[in-house]
Amino acid sequence: MIPDRAHLDRLDRSWRDPPGFWGFLTTVDHKRIAARYIVTALFLMFLAGMLALDMRWQLSVPENTRMGPQLYNESFSLHGSTMLFLVSVPLMEAMAFWLVPLMLGARNMAFPRLGAFSFWLYFGGVLCLWIAHAADITPDLGWFEYPPLSGPAYSPGHRADIWAQMITFTEVAALAASVNVAATILKMRPPGMTLARMPVFLWAMLIASIMTILSMPAVMLVTSMLIADRLVSTHFFSPAGGGDALLFQHLFWFFGHPEVYIIFVPATGFVSSIVETFSRRKLFGHSAIVLSMMSIGALAFGLWVHHMFAVGLPRLGNDFYTAASMAIALPAGLQIFCWIATVWSGRLRLATPMLWVLGFVATFVIGGLSGVMTASAALDLQLTDTYFVVAHLHYVLIGGAMFPLFGAFAYWYPKATGRLMSERWGSIAFIGIVGGFNLGFMPMHFLGLMGMPRRVYTYPPGMGWETLNQIATLGSAVAILGGLVFVANALWSYRHGQPAGSDPWGGSTLEWASPSPPPAFNIAYTPVVRSLTPMWDEGPGLPAMDGLGLDRREVLITSVTAAVPLYRQKSAGPSIWPLASSLAVSAMFIGSIFTPWAIAIGAAPIAATLTGWFWPDRPRAGSDAPSAGA
Amino acid sequence: MAWSAMKRRIALVPGAVPAALTGACAGIQSPLAPASDQAFALHDLLILMTAVCGLIYLLVIAGLVWSVLRARQHAKRAAAAPVDDSALDRSLIASAVIIVTGLTVLIFGSFLADRALLAARAEKAMMVRVTGHQWWWRIEYRNPATGRWVETANELHLPLGRTTRVELASNDVIHSFWVPNVSGKIDMIPGRRNMLDLTPRRSGWFRGACAEFCGAQHAHMALDVRVDDPVAFDAWLAGQAEAARKAQGPGEALFGLHCGSCHAVRGTPANGRAGPDLTHFAARRSIAAGTLPMTRGALQGWIAQPQALKPGTAMPAVPLRPAEADAVASYLAALR
Repeated sequence: MIPDRAHLDRLDRSWRDPPGFWGFLTTVDHKRIAARYIVTALFLMFLAGMLALDMRWQLSVPENTRMGPQLYNESFSLHGSTMLFLVSVPLMEAMAFWLVPLMLGARNMAFPRLGAFSFWLYFGGVLCLWIAHAADITPDLGWFEYPPLSGPAYSPGHRADIWAQMITFTEVAALAASVNVAATILKMRPPGMTLARMPVFLWAMLIASIMTILSMPAVMLVTSMLIADRLVSTHFFSPAGGGDALLFQHLFWFFGHPEVYIIFVPATGFVSSIVETFSRRKLFGHSAIVLSMMSIGALAFGLWVHHMFAVGLPRLGNDFYTAASMAIALPAGLQIFCWIATVWSGRLRLATPMLWVLGFVATFVIGGLSGVMTASAALDLQLTDTYFVVAHLHYVLIGGAMFPLFGAFAYWYPKATGRLMSERWGSIAFIGIVGGFNLGFMPMHFLGLMGMPRRVYTYPPGMGWETLNQIATLGSAVAILGGLVFVANALWSYRHGQPAGSDPWGGSTLEWASPSPPPAFNIAYTPVVRSLTPMWDEGPGLPAMDGLGLDRREVLITSVTAAVPLYRQKSAGPSIWPLASSLAVSAMFIGSIFTPWAIAIGAAPIAATLTGWFWPDRPRAGSDAPSAGA
Repeated sequence: MAWSAMKRRIALVPGAVPAALTGACAGIQSPLAPASDQAFALHDLLILMTAVCGLIYLLVIAGLVWSVLRARQHAKRAAAAPVDDSALDRSLIASAVIIVTGLTVLIFGSFLADRALLAARAEKAMMVRVTGHQWWWRIEYRNPATGRWVETANELHLPLGRTTRVELASNDVIHSFWVPNVSGKIDMIPGRRNMLDLTPRRSGWFRGACAEFCGAQHAHMALDVRVDDPVAFDAWLAGQAEAARKAQGPGEALFGLHCGSCHAVRGTPANGRAGPDLTHFAARRSIAAGTLPMTRGALQGWIAQPQALKPGTAMPAVPLRPAEADAVASYLAALR
């Protein structure tokens, strides 16, 4: 269906944001919210990268005096906490926010205001950690703060509280975002997109969201218990008061391990999309990949103890967790096989997004295999808490999640901006980042095997660690230069790139049916889906469904499995209340670092702003009568 | 015995590479240079896992390169050939079989190594208690002759060829006991006791380190480990059990006055328990848990400015006049 001018104008009037700064504060447009997430997280990635470079400088020679212990401990704590909680997970959520409605041919997320609330609360967490850093109350106990070290006896002051409360911020935001993504995928698929016809990307986001919903409560609980220990002298983690220091580790890693897959599973969604498009054939083994993701999602909850093999738990239990952890290699390996097989049988086009996928496979598999090694309860006793683990975790998180993410940026950048990024500078950035990364982190495996423990601010000369540390420092510097080239390319191409058109790569999924960049309402008509690859099978003449309101914000709700249209749902418009309520929640979170009364007093503004948020919106806009479908 | 001799030869090969790369001291804190039954078991497992994982990596990369080259050729064709995935379906199953086989080998190997770590549990063993402190190690031996506990610090001696059972505890936060040449690491957790069996097979000096982040000076929490033949070890332990010899000069009195409420020197009024026992201090290899070598200069520096050398340490800078500091250092340097 070719929409006429009047149709588009009416949609645009209904869906566009108020102009100016007020529009900036009140928007519920999923694309603007996602862009904010991405810009914030990338800036933080740069800051955390600078911290990493500074630490590499300190470690480049033994007994270096660039940093004292306090600054070094703050640096790795801030680096890890930022990268894990404020960069990796939010970036994956942002990609879901941006792409899920477009890939569904939907006009917005299921809960638009909740999306805005997620971002503002996440931003509150960012400010909580980094303003604290500016004020010199930086957390200094790593990205997991084990008690009793983080308890009141050994960490007076508020550094540990800042860390714990930053987690509360980001986890509430992540829970809200995940509920939003899961509801959108389950209830807003276009007619005909049954579960069996759902692209792998959407499966990945759905599974990651469900994992988030199931795992985040554990970490919110554990950090709240830590704050209670510190603030009101409960004794959850102090053995002298009948508590247990290990309880913290169990609860933290019950979240912490799924967290790794919450970051990794969306990345497999990016890889699947890119491999399919650039191999120019249907993804081989769609069901195998989806089932693999599900089993990774399930297994992820049964192997947290492999972070705790050295704490002295019963041996038989350790063997169970060894087997469970190694079992992950099966679904992960099958996914990799399916991607390689798709390439093998396809007609490959080596543009930058595909280069990132190749870099991903070559790098991530190393991280996966070093993961198999650390999964052995016995061998882990030599590997855990050494540089081997530092190498392993960066191989899986950067190689396994950030490389696909950079590929995804290159792949969807033309959709978001209407322009292509430079392929030449894209390749240079790729070589710099992948080469520098491997040069920087490969030596750390050997450093670990040569006995260098993790989280040491200095080391004595003569241990044989000097050369490898210098290579590692050089590699990190090269990787960061590559990262700057990547960002410069993105900024330059924003104005000067080749115009992309709606479908520059010949993609198979519905986001390529929208114009680039997509308008506020995303797509003129709701598409109707009859296969896994609608854009390839139906092309631009995609069948569509009419009947959603043009003069008020409406979205189509369909059934969970078969995606049969059920009803039209009013979609919430711009509102200041998400920002106001996230401010109220932030005030309560920050206040509760200092006094338990903040929880009681802070509840009042939260109740007030939420009342404003949910105040019934009368009178209802007159709805235009639904016209016949298809 | 032939088997364990052969194992030792295997062990030398990968250990030799970094050692050759990096010079003299390397290898005294490394899983690649095993010196006990337990470390040998872990080292063999490391070799097995590296071999299997390396092989799988090569397979994946070979498959990837082949696929890219093949698909680049196909890309030159104008249109897609009709896709027949039945061969790929069979390969998918084959790859699952390869992965499961590899994992089975590794899980089985891991299980055997895990049991090997426990094999010495059946033997009668000498007990040693090691307690983690921010940032040093309290070490207590049960003297087999008298049944009394003998205390020392920051230097662990082990008899060659006998099993020592180490009981691990913590006084404050979580630490981790890791002497890689002799064993994998086990955490020291407040409120809990962990056990570790060590059966050394090679004598010499080794180095351990705290492997769980434990605060500001986690980096300066090292442990010297000496493996000696049983005769030399017994002599050493008997020496440690004795009180300090009577000292000449004013050092002992000054030490008792300024240092004795935190440090103990058995046989003198100094009986503090907050810091390391210094009864045979000068016989040790290093000062302040591996922070400084045991030299007169380092000792004098440490007494004068502990906060500059190990910022955050519980040891305060004691206000002593130069002559007094010199006397205390002379006293300590004579505690052998």
